[in-house]
Amino acid sequence: MADKSSANAYWAANIKVIVISLIIWFACSFGLGILLRPALSGIHIGGADIGFWFAQNGSIYVFLILIFVYAKVMNGIDRAHGVEE
Amino acid sequence: MDQFTLNLIVVGLSFALYFGIAFWARAGSTAEFYAASQGVPPVMNGMATAADWMSAASFISMAGLIAFGGYNNSVFLMGWTGGYVLLALLLAPYLRKFGKFTVPEFVGDRFYSTTARLVAVVCLLVISITYVIGQMVGVGVTFARFLEVSTTAGLLIGSAVVFAYAVFGGMKGITYTQVAQYVVLITAYTIPAIFISLNLTGNFLPQLGFIGGYAPTGGDVTFLAKLDQVVTDLGFGAYTADTPNMLNMFLVTMSLMIGTAGLPHVIIRFFTVPKVSDARISAGWALVFIALLYTVAPAVGSMARLNITATFWPGAVDGDTFSKPALSISEIDSNPDLVWIRNWEKTGLLAFTDKNGDGMIQYINEPAAVTAANNALADAQKALTEAAADADRAPLEAAVAEAQAARDAVLETTPINKKDGAPTLASLGIVGNELTTVNNDIMVLANPEIAALPGWVIALVAAGGLAAALSTAAGLLLAISSAISHDLIKGAIKPDISEKGELLAARISMAFAIVLATWLGYDPPGFAAQVVALAFGLAAATIFPVLMMGIFSTRVGKEGAIAGMIVGLITTAVYIFLYLGWFFIPGTNVYPNTPDAHWFGISPAAFGPIGAILNFATAYLVSAMTKAPPQEVQDLIQSIRVPRGAGKAQAH
Repeated sequence: MADKSSANAYWAANIKVIVISLIIWFACSFGLGILLRPALSGIHIGGADIGFWFAQNGSIYVFLILIFVYAKVMNGIDRAHGVEE
Repeated sequence: MDQFTLNLIVVGLSFALYFGIAFWARAGSTAEFYAASQGVPPVMNGMATAADWMSAASFISMAGLIAFGGYNNSVFLMGWTGGYVLLALLLAPYLRKFGKFTVPEFVGDRFYSTTARLVAVVCLLVISITYVIGQMVGVGVTFARFLEVSTTAGLLIGSAVVFAYAVFGGMKGITYTQVAQYVVLITAYTIPAIFISLNLTGNFLPQLGFIGGYAPTGGDVTFLAKLDQVVTDLGFGAYTADTPNMLNMFLVTMSLMIGTAGLPHVIIRFFTVPKVSDARISAGWALVFIALLYTVAPAVGSMARLNITATFWPGAVDGDTFSKPALSISEIDSNPDLVWIRNWEKTGLLAFTDKNGDGMIQYINEPAAVTAANNALADAQKALTEAAADADRAPLEAAVAEAQAARDAVLETTPINKKDGAPTLASLGIVGNELTTVNNDIMVLANPEIAALPGWVIALVAAGGLAAALSTAAGLLLAISSAISHDLIKGAIKPDISEKGELLAARISMAFAIVLATWLGYDPPGFAAQVVALAFGLAAATIFPVLMMGIFSTRVGKEGAIAGMIVGLITTAVYIFLYLGWFFIPGTNVYPNTPDAHWFGISPAAFGPIGAILNFATAYLVSAMTKAPPQEVQDLIQSIRVPRGAGKAQAH
């Protein structure tokens, strides 16, 4: 860690990744799976409407992708700011 | 070889494996006992976390909850997986960087206060002990069912097994045992699901099968549409029907998610990996292994629901539900594929009575008016049969005749379902629901038998259920013992205790925790089902917020953290107790536990997020009026925010 401002820049980059990830986390589960289900009942994935599918299967896949992408992006940010292990 | 011998062999082999691993990986130091010396590779840690996380409830009960709750019970699927996103993003990497052994230890250091640490210990103990009772009950029931012993004997065998490998192995032994337990439980869960999916949808992947076509009628109708049609024919709500209360569904899902991220026995798993980046990816691997079961569960639930319904209404398989008569009792006793019905009837998880005496079992959703009329008739008949010999029987006989006529009138006018032109119950010769008990758990436990799979698959499901219950119990016991020996004894009572003394204290407190959990599991205070709501609600309202503020705020100090935890703990516990009784003692509840009586329709299980908001609000309010944390704590916060320099955990 070079100095205080570089520490702040690293933390700000980290927070930005977290906020974007949490928006996706919320949108797929609470958004598509619960709140928007009645509005989107006409759209189907296979034999299920999109809200039902996201509530029972889809959101879990999104969570998985989200964590792995987050881990990869953070490793990149760690290196860019010189704080990797 | 009979099924019982096969069960014994498969379960015995799996136990021999667990003991072997526990002996090989036994703990020699406190670092190994609490955190496996931070030497567990992320993929293996993910697998162990998955086994730790997936309890008897996940393995045995969840598919049944979804089968009978349909879309509304998706809360468990999203809630118990979405929490891992929060763990990976908000907690795991920073707590690993902190590099010590327990959750209260972080709270004590970050909020520079032994009081804060002890309040966290109290929260941890309440959460973990309520949770472990449910696991011990699960262990007892599973042993009892598959080994044909009493529930008490099952509980004692289970405790002895956990004792043997958890007390000696510590975190190191538990972790490697859990890896083996994961393999056993996931195999046991997916093999029957694959066979059943092939039968019903022609697709061997259950995740694709349950959104695919329904194979027995050629695949033109989707499987879910077929299921909706059959269950609504019988008067049940549609499987894919919308939730009756969106706010409550939202809050329950949120409570399970942030509760998951706040469960101490899950959080400590991330102390066992070598690096900060490993903690992030380890949460991902944990979710991969959890998702293998959780994405299959809705398929298992929905397919088992259709299978069991179509077993009792054979016409439903390839035509209209009422195109063939209901399943007859003589068929149950003569068809070798239906032996499971009598087998599971013995356990009490399945029960049926031929109320109308037609030799068939009609399975329907009995309308409330029919239930009331049937009860009135039964009461009148009981009064007649119990009347004294010299009593005047004429009025009693008249009452029976009147109740009989009233009941028959109800059957004449009540349609079987809500569809246009639905036949009345009388026209179908039905007097009520004759499949009186279908326990949720049967959806997984009897699944291989319902689908007529070979005996070794049934034995594997037994071993899988036991693996799920034992692995979770062991993880919880470790969290409890480390809170007592490390936070209470070393942290507050006797700070100069030696490494050897602390290890002994950890083993003694774990043994004590097992005895306590066994005793409570033997005599649960009548609340086995509700404890899950309490454990998740409290974790969401106490541990999760305090850890979040510890990492993301530089302003919240000890006064704010302590006040926040106490407010979260008390408001959530009180809200639950108001509806479920003080300390779950039956009859002491202030309000009835019904949706109408709930505050804004919020059920006790949904209160966690509100408790969390109250915790955050209190902490910020109090912090605004008190001093900011001192410089060395500011340095600690800056240090946990960057990965570099994590290294091995320090024993102070």
